[in-house]
Amino acid sequence: MLVDTAASFAKKSSPVARARRLRDDPLGFEPAVWKQMAELGWLGLCFPEEVGGFAGRFVDLALVIEQLGSTLVPEPILSTVVLGGTALAAGGDGEQRGRWLTPLAAGDLQVSLALWERGGRFDPSWCETRAEKSAKGWRLSGEKVWVPGGHAADLFLVAARTGGRPGERAGVSLFAVDRAALAVEPVKTIDGRRAARVRLAGVEVGADRRLGGDGKAAEIIERALEVGCAGACAEAVGIAQAVLGMTVEYLKTREQFGALIGTFQALQHRAVEMFVETELLRSHAIEACLRVDEGDAGERQRAIAAAMVQLASGGRFVARQGIQLHGGIGCTDEHDVGLYFKRMQALSQLLGDEQHHLARFADLTQPARVAS
Amino acid sequence: MDLSISPEHEAFRREVRAWIQEALPADMRAKADVDAHFEMPESIRWQKILHQRGWAAPQWPTEWGGPGLDPTARFILTEELELAGTPPLSPFGLSMVGPLLMQFGNAAQKQRFLPKIIAADEVWCQGYSEPNAGSDLASLRTSASVDAAGNYVVNGQKTWTTYAQYADWIFCLVRTDARGKKQEGISFLLIDMKSPGVEVKPMLTIGGTPAFCETFFTNVVVPRENLVGPEGGGWTLAKALLGHERTLIASVGASGRAVRRVKRIAAETMAGGRRLIDDPIVRGRIAALEIRLRGLQMANYRALAGAQHGKAPGPESSILKLRGSEVTQECFELAMELMGEDALTWFNDPGVVPPIEEWVPSSFCYTRATTIYGGSNEIQKNVIAKYILGLPGK
Repeated sequence: MLVDTAASFAKKSSPVARARRLRDDPLGFEPAVWKQMAELGWLGLCFPEEVGGFAGRFVDLALVIEQLGSTLVPEPILSTVVLGGTALAAGGDGEQRGRWLTPLAAGDLQVSLALWERGGRFDPSWCETRAEKSAKGWRLSGEKVWVPGGHAADLFLVAARTGGRPGERAGVSLFAVDRAALAVEPVKTIDGRRAARVRLAGVEVGADRRLGGDGKAAEIIERALEVGCAGACAEAVGIAQAVLGMTVEYLKTREQFGALIGTFQALQHRAVEMFVETELLRSHAIEACLRVDEGDAGERQRAIAAAMVQLASGGRFVARQGIQLHGGIGCTDEHDVGLYFKRMQALSQLLGDEQHHLARFADLTQPARVAS
Repeated sequence: MDLSISPEHEAFRREVRAWIQEALPADMRAKADVDAHFEMPESIRWQKILHQRGWAAPQWPTEWGGPGLDPTARFILTEELELAGTPPLSPFGLSMVGPLLMQFGNAAQKQRFLPKIIAADEVWCQGYSEPNAGSDLASLRTSASVDAAGNYVVNGQKTWTTYAQYADWIFCLVRTDARGKKQEGISFLLIDMKSPGVEVKPMLTIGGTPAFCETFFTNVVVPRENLVGPEGGGWTLAKALLGHERTLIASVGASGRAVRRVKRIAAETMAGGRRLIDDPIVRGRIAALEIRLRGLQMANYRALAGAQHGKAPGPESSILKLRGSEVTQECFELAMELMGEDALTWFNDPGVVPPIEEWVPSSFCYTRATTIYGGSNEIQKNVIAKYILGLPGK
């Protein structure tokens, strides 16, 4: 039922034309629609009942995300709910969850996870932002880049080092910081959405603003990234399916040389390859989304890394061939296939790129290298 | 074929390099240094500067203002301009309609058009594709009928008339005869873009740049003297021109620059405390790309050497187009990978990403077109299968 509601919402209330229109909007989504998503129960689907959630499995939310991906619905579910919400749920104590997760699930609070730094290359341990003890709590200094949804966030979950050195897993802490305390510079992204560069110039936060233990945020962050990757894969399935659908339709209607171009075997085979990659992406994504809620860390991490590699290779193959088979019209800004292509590209570099997840998979499945 | 370079040619290379240093205006140099995207007005300006030095059209014969350089010197000149990152010149006049007029035009047409093409006093665009005639170009429907005064009256629509908004003239394939075989009723017309009834509608590319246009013709009167070659003989001209275009799309020089940019990004980007270029995986990927480019450079050189012996670009130009367009895409795909998080950027203010990265995402998107325009790669494969391998058709 959840899937039917989401499919019908995507089709009727948010066709691709809406995503196209909101590309030029500084917010990039509509608060009223966000509120509607909260009322449908999507925002709180995977969160505990005490914060107004439904304690559902992630795979249920993933099915919704897949449907929303099929028409590029621009509301920030991935950044606020999947990344931000997961971090709050995983790291927050009872008071913190009530304070932030409850309004998040109700659609009243936008939350962004601020991890990446210049030169960090998708490694959350590459954290040069520092948090020093102060009279009231902590003083934060540093800079975060490409904070997803950061242009519109009310609350930022900022990774900052309370010990150790960049590259070390230990010593990173996570702080919840209000937008007003930060210098937030919105930036445009390739998929027509927005992110932010965030500067922290000695920002004072209270002691109650730290999520999880001192220097122990790595687990919380890794959890949020794992679920975030699974969500990205679910969205990518929706995108790949949509591109495949519109491409097959085009092959069935476009005529050249006195024939439907879908009768040309070379193009038929290409469409079949797109279908195969889409189905393999779906298989990887299903495994990743199911294992997100399972205890075996090794299986979970391998499944997620593998799915992200398939997103980057198979998912992008589908998007690129979608353009190729549409020909010249596919290379214009006016055609929708380009919007899907760009979102797929963004998803492949938002939470770790192909090389990052390949290396991660290798580390999880092969003997450790001898240090040189 | 001789691959060695003589001392005279080395001296010529130094001369070209020194001249570019002096002649390239500061604003263009700033963009060239970071391999930024040049728009058409900059290309026109740069062509005028090159023309003053006599280097706007290295391949043209001296009779029409070419520099009279030997083949190796021409190669050096082109290579140095590309390596310096100077604005690419519009190919429609210099590489397409210009050589075509030399081959098929009459004396009056050559006299009228060639001097203004080389001087960039008149800018050209191409009117080939139509909404229903892309890969199947011969089904084009834009019509040219003859009026009482003997002039042509053109009606129809052309697509992908790249940079038509800057063009003074368009060379067009039109249908002068709708009977018989579809290839036989096509003629080649030169049309003044200022003629009443010509309307240009610019269109954004997937890369967010205003390169594409649609051009509409409503009862546009074209003097009979603007017909090139015989009436109904346009298809022969079109095929000759497509051969030229395919060699151009190999864009070997542009890919050489793109590989250089990839190396710069790798050298200037830190990842986890070390330079990307110190990562053996990154080094391997860049090397693999450069090897593909190198093969292409040599294939291109072979094709040029063949052309110097009077051979017209034949089916082998399909190979250059096929591999060249793929290498162009691979250059930008790798650049995007190396940019990491920065690859998310899209037309942001300066400073959000390093200057050398600013144009990469737009170009990455736009270069999806290289495997489509000039005859899609699927069409190129058909050409190779049929005309080179001699495989049986249906």
